[in-house]
Amino acid sequence: MNRVLLARLIDLVIVLFGVSIIVFLMIRLIPGDAVAIMLGANTEITPERMAELNRRVGLDRPIVEQYLLWAGAALRGDFGTSLWTGRPVAGEILLHLWPTLELTFLALLIGAVLAVPVGCLMAQTRGGAADVAMRVTAIAGLTIPSFWLGIVLILLLAAWAPGFASLGYVPFSEDPIGNLQRMTLPAIALALPILANLSRLVRSAMLDALGQDYVRTARAKGLAERKVVYKHALRNALIPFLTSVGIMTGYLLGGAIVVEQVFAIPGLGRLILGAIAERNYPLIQATILVVTAGFVLVNFLVDLLYIVVDPRVRA
Amino acid sequence: MQRLARNKLLAFAVVLVAIQIILALGAPLFAPYDPMAQSVVRRLRAPTELNWFGTDQLGRDVLTRILYGYRTSLIACLLAVGIALLIGGTLGLVAAYYRGWLDRIIMRIMDVLFAFPVMLLAIGIIAVLGPHTYSAAAAIAVVYTPIFARLLRGPALVLCESEYVAGARAIGASDARIIFLHILPNLASVILVQTSLLLSAAILVEASLSFLGLGTQPPTPSLGLMLSEGRNFLMLSPWSAIFAGFAILFLSFGFNLLGDALRDTLDPRLRGQP
Repeated sequence: MNRVLLARLIDLVIVLFGVSIIVFLMIRLIPGDAVAIMLGANTEITPERMAELNRRVGLDRPIVEQYLLWAGAALRGDFGTSLWTGRPVAGEILLHLWPTLELTFLALLIGAVLAVPVGCLMAQTRGGAADVAMRVTAIAGLTIPSFWLGIVLILLLAAWAPGFASLGYVPFSEDPIGNLQRMTLPAIALALPILANLSRLVRSAMLDALGQDYVRTARAKGLAERKVVYKHALRNALIPFLTSVGIMTGYLLGGAIVVEQVFAIPGLGRLILGAIAERNYPLIQATILVVTAGFVLVNFLVDLLYIVVDPRVRA
Repeated sequence: MQRLARNKLLAFAVVLVAIQIILALGAPLFAPYDPMAQSVVRRLRAPTELNWFGTDQLGRDVLTRILYGYRTSLIACLLAVGIALLIGGTLGLVAAYYRGWLDRIIMRIMDVLFAFPVMLLAIGIIAVLGPHTYSAAAAIAVVYTPIFARLLRGPALVLCESEYVAGARAIGASDARIIFLHILPNLASVILVQTSLLLSAAILVEASLSFLGLGTQPPTPSLGLMLSEGRNFLMLSPWSAIFAGFAILFLSFGFNLLGDALRDTLDPRLRGQP
């Protein structure tokens, strides 16, 4: 068990190191002079201003030293100050992180909770035309563009319930009902592809589990079919489900960035798109680094959970 | 009976994809108007017999722009997935064939690329390259490279141990010959299935990037861009946004269904899996 844990931990460190190097190199891969490009967005370019910005971003030092300084500061949670607003980058990210996290969490909740019964149902009605119909529906759900679904939902709601506030964002602490009300549509739009994906996964895992010997034993001793499905088969079917939920968070984060734009939610999407528009590279770098590190950590935790849930992995 | 239903599904998927590819390639032939032709008087119109899908905020024909949008989207995605397959696939095969430190280094780099959330890495790459259709394609190619590398490495490892590879080696075939003429053809079905599924996903990513203003730039017709432009006139005339969304859905759906049905038909072991 400890050896498995140690191996995972080493993997984690190597991946995080690699991610930080790629994110660090981003700014040096920009064609032309990154500093001139950054300046060009807002002010006139003078040699003094370029030297000043060069010094602030740290591009005047040797590359290894630059990386060490940057990564060291990042480990302490210091991502420098935003080039244009002068506020700490970490604070800006934190400010925009919550709406995105909330949206991601709600969508994951809706998708994962609904996927289990839907997947079980799909597994039970196997074969024939119903099977094909369900398959096609699941693929359709998987390929619906979330941002388009969001637009359609806004249109439908505007026609049916014009009083329902569906755009914008209010913090949960200020107005919990208003917050959840505004989060409902984007969370549904984001959750549908997840639901389609996860329920297909539950279906196949259930079919797998239902064919196992212990399920036959459970049936042979006269257990009710519902008990066989939900108590015996489902438990084992949930193991691959868990891993997928971890991977889904990455997809959801990306999807959330796009769906946020549809619903005018001031999350990471707005932050990073704004940063790209004003060529605020340190802010782009920090956002990508923080979110990716978070995503890697979530998957690491899911891996650990996997070891706890499935005794076979420990051996 | 089930096999037959599946083959029907495959036939349906092939027809769906083929129609859309033909529409995309033949856009100049099929499109009723010039995709750039604007009309001040016919702006934001609902569908009529003149403009089947209505007109957009500049009076351009929505149907025409969707057909050309198919073209932009398909070209970008085929390019992206093709490059990812070429680079990622080669890396995966080389890693599996040579094993050892080369394998470890290649797969570690792939692990790192794979660790990024897809959209975020794509946005980062576009931040470097600048927003453009080809930047979006390059971003998608980078994001999908580790997927192909991982996908081909696994089965290639098994094939490398097989007797016919040992035989080829014994009669003095070169490494490149063994990799590309003996191992690669056996991976054809895996590649075909995954390429189709990834094309489906790539279409959504490309549309998302264009929707965010990071992919195709106006006035080039693009499905994602039509959606984001149409969004501003939603309450006046939702047609351009609605039809563009359906177009993205059908395109992505077609390739996903094709991949799914191909997997069922080509690989009996995977039958019944999602």
